[in-house]
Amino acid sequence: MELNNEHAPVLSVKNLSVKFKMYTTGAKQRDLEVISNLSVDIRAGEVLAVVGSSGSGKSLLAHSVLGILPRNASISGDLQYNGEPLTPQLQAKLRGHEIALVPQSVSFLDPLMRIDSQVIGTTATREKQRKIFERYQLSKAVERMYPHQLSGGMARRVLVATAVIGEAKLIIADEPTPGLSPDLARETLQNFRELADQGAAVMLITHDIDLAFQIADRIAVFYAGTTVEVANVADFQGDGSQLRHPYSRAFLAALPQNEFRAISGFQPYAGALPEGCLFHPRCKYCTQECKERTPPMRELRGGEVRCIHAT
Amino acid sequence: MQLEARNVSFGYGNNLILRNVSLSIAQGEHVGLVGPSGCGKSTLSKLLAGYLHPKGGEILWNGKPLPSRGYCPVQMIYQHPEKAVNPMWRLGKTVNEAWKPDDTFLESMGIEKAWLRRWPNELSGGELQRFCIARALGPQTQFVIADEMSTMLDVITQAQIWKLLMDTIEQRNIGLMMVTHNMDLAKRVCSRIIWLEELNNL
Repeated sequence: MELNNEHAPVLSVKNLSVKFKMYTTGAKQRDLEVISNLSVDIRAGEVLAVVGSSGSGKSLLAHSVLGILPRNASISGDLQYNGEPLTPQLQAKLRGHEIALVPQSVSFLDPLMRIDSQVIGTTATREKQRKIFERYQLSKAVERMYPHQLSGGMARRVLVATAVIGEAKLIIADEPTPGLSPDLARETLQNFRELADQGAAVMLITHDIDLAFQIADRIAVFYAGTTVEVANVADFQGDGSQLRHPYSRAFLAALPQNEFRAISGFQPYAGALPEGCLFHPRCKYCTQECKERTPPMRELRGGEVRCIHAT
Repeated sequence: MQLEARNVSFGYGNNLILRNVSLSIAQGEHVGLVGPSGCGKSTLSKLLAGYLHPKGGEILWNGKPLPSRGYCPVQMIYQHPEKAVNPMWRLGKTVNEAWKPDDTFLESMGIEKAWLRRWPNELSGGELQRFCIARALGPQTQFVIADEMSTMLDVITQAQIWKLLMDTIEQRNIGLMMVTHNMDLAKRVCSRIIWLEELNNL
């Protein structure tokens, strides 16, 4: 798939940091940094898959872009939407219209509201809703149902329909496939591919690496709240020798269809992050410099990597 | 045959979801149970582990019904470890719930000593799942049913967890039935794949 590199990104995230104010003992508070130095951008017409271990900050990135983080969170860094700073006011204006979220769980639907009202929301029309139901093979009977009456697959399609009915320009899908059968998962992701082909920018947060390989243009790999690599999907094929970061390579090698081999150790906790490169305690290429300095994200062979040793 | 379902039927309310299902798994065999969502994989798992009782047919362990009291030789590991541990207990208590694993065993499961003092909400899913696996592998365990045990985990943690489990069950000749949607994973850890739909006479 051809990338239109000449276009300015729809969404650009630079050095994003997200901190949560936490109580420790008694009334003492401290800031817990859960995302640090995260940089990624996404262009119109492209599917960017975001992969990485649980707790690496994938969902928090989505929630930061939409401005729906909980109140004890504070964010810093540079978020831009079509070149404009993404302020809370702008987020409120775009949210649900130009920027849409396909949430991780069906619990984001209102349990006491019929499906048709939720899909139509405040801006769409009945006509649009019928059209979109047809497209996602949701029968007319679904309109009058409540969320608890939907099967997992139907609920998933309802969530996608809700997100795309407003002709969004940026779609953020947070784990849209777990619990779906392989066919339905493939079909759901195919929907996102079509939306991108029609000009939307799609950020696909997923564990389903095989499917991401089939529909994404680029893949961003997250680790411990930061980006370690952004690469074209082709670099993930084969033995991973085209990849730049040791964590990305370990990730690929751990797939059951590849070597099913795991590196040892754990992703560090927010609040107990190591100095320097966040991956250094598990890295076989680690040198003294890795322990002292946080490596910057740098361009390398048509991708980006956060590792001083990558070549 | 070590673990056997003979003409097992089961349903919730009046809806039968398993009809006359028969299967048998030999000592030390590793099988994968696959099929679309909602076809009864988890229900069959719970029947085989003795948590549910069939409405028709029988579950046999070495030719006899599963013991109804004491330590069950068939143990289960679930998809959501955070729902399988008591949130009000520190993990040191949880891991000693059914048997008393020693330090060497906990170490082989990749469980760090400091975690025993923690509460379940202070560990990640992959870390918690290690406790659930350790808890299920008591000396009297002879068969393990893993129901989507690694679905919620990232791929590196998934590979770590499976290695821990497979090392122990191969060493002790423990049987395994794993439920998954991931065929690549099933092919990796199983010697036989069972398609539930083909066994189910609905």
